[in-house]
Amino acid sequence: MPKTVIPFGPQHPVLPEPLHLKLVMQDEKIIEAIPAIGYVHRGLEKLTELKEFTQNVYVVERICGICSCMHAMAYCQGIETLMNLQIPDRARFLRVIWAELHRIHSHLLWMGLLADSFGFESLFMQIWRNREKVMDIMEETAGSRVIISVNTIGGTRRDISKELLLKTKVILEEIREDMKRIEPVFLNDYTVKHRLVGIGTLTKEDAQRHCAVGPMARASGIAMDFRTTGYSAYGELEFEPIVRTDGDCYARTDVRMQEIYQSINLIEEAIGKLPAGEIAVPFKGNPTGEVISRVEQPRGEVLYYLRANGTKNLERMRVRTPTFANIPTLLQMLPGSELADVPVLILTIDPCISCTER
Amino acid sequence: MFDMIGNIFKNLASKPATRQYPTVRRASFKDTRGHIGIDIDNCIFCGICSKKCPSNALTVDRNAKSWEIDPFKCIICNVCEEACPKKCIINYEDYNTSALIKEKRKSVQQPKPPKEEEQSGAAVAGKKAE
Repeated sequence: MPKTVIPFGPQHPVLPEPLHLKLVMQDEKIIEAIPAIGYVHRGLEKLTELKEFTQNVYVVERICGICSCMHAMAYCQGIETLMNLQIPDRARFLRVIWAELHRIHSHLLWMGLLADSFGFESLFMQIWRNREKVMDIMEETAGSRVIISVNTIGGTRRDISKELLLKTKVILEEIREDMKRIEPVFLNDYTVKHRLVGIGTLTKEDAQRHCAVGPMARASGIAMDFRTTGYSAYGELEFEPIVRTDGDCYARTDVRMQEIYQSINLIEEAIGKLPAGEIAVPFKGNPTGEVISRVEQPRGEVLYYLRANGTKNLERMRVRTPTFANIPTLLQMLPGSELADVPVLILTIDPCISCTER
Repeated sequence: MFDMIGNIFKNLASKPATRQYPTVRRASFKDTRGHIGIDIDNCIFCGICSKKCPSNALTVDRNAKSWEIDPFKCIICNVCEEACPKKCIINYEDYNTSALIKEKRKSVQQPKPPKEEEQSGAAVAGKKAE
């Protein structure tokens, strides 16, 4: 049978964002996948050179909706390193709380999309109902649902009151209980297992060779979590990276499922240890020098390169997002798999195309 | 199997998680960033808000005593609200469509009785000295 080329995307029911893959097929098997990105390029890196460095916080937040808080966090950490700013302890803990809330909402969103991709719509609805609770916490504490704009250079813009912290704890407990009921459906259900176990296996060697990051790497047995380096307040919180060794779609689902519980634990611990005091320090002057700032996002490690020259504008800003690092692993997994598994495979790298293209 | 029956009855008995949106609206949370307005009578036209705005949505004209917002550019980050020295930029909590027509929203300060105008003039001078 001759080879055929099937275009997958940029518009496809399973893709929330435009990613284009040319799939070279032999019968139902994929022989080769050729990616094409560039459908949502917005030139945000150039824009940051035109705006002042204080305004850039709101530009980098809009690189990606799902991990907006972490983008701003990485940018602010970079500028604070350049300006030798020591941010208050309370701000560090508040940043962790909001970042972990973002991780929960991102993983829940992903799980819903995965359930939808293998056609389990009621599971998708059950999960998104839980996600809505996280969104409500974010709106109540930060003033907005998705782009929460809480980070600023020198600390955070908002404080969380005691009552709200208690309420957050109660809601997180509800989410944990609900997820405990949903977890067996994801991990033990016959149909779901049939779609996930053994699909798209990525060995540890391949993951290392293709520089996989985040849950992709952790599901393949690499205990790599940038939070363990202890940036912000993570150094004072106790947690272990969640590692699975199978490297298939099931392992990646399991890693993300356990990370939701881990994030809930981290938030509860951070609320318990939250010190009193200021939430931001004032600063003067402009940054000079260059720095690389890294943060663990829901999808993996994001890398910010900033070069400043003592003026209000940055000379260069470069972002390496986790999805960009994970696309080579996707191309490694696709050859040899069935066409029907492609939507699930693409989703398990948790693609965020607007992050990748900036 | 029995888990499922339990779930079915629970879902039948419980309230829906969604609401009939345009007719039933959830009350906004306190300090939700909805949209931006201005108390134009207290504005001193210092222009700090327009300088800090990340999306250049604000135009302040000191001579014409006007404050103008482009609702299609505004990203509702509320930096202007925090930066305002007179706290006259107001955040409304209800979230609405930013605008129905592509037109800037302009507020112009009406001339005050002579006494008050002197005071606001002094405030501007004081701001300059700072």
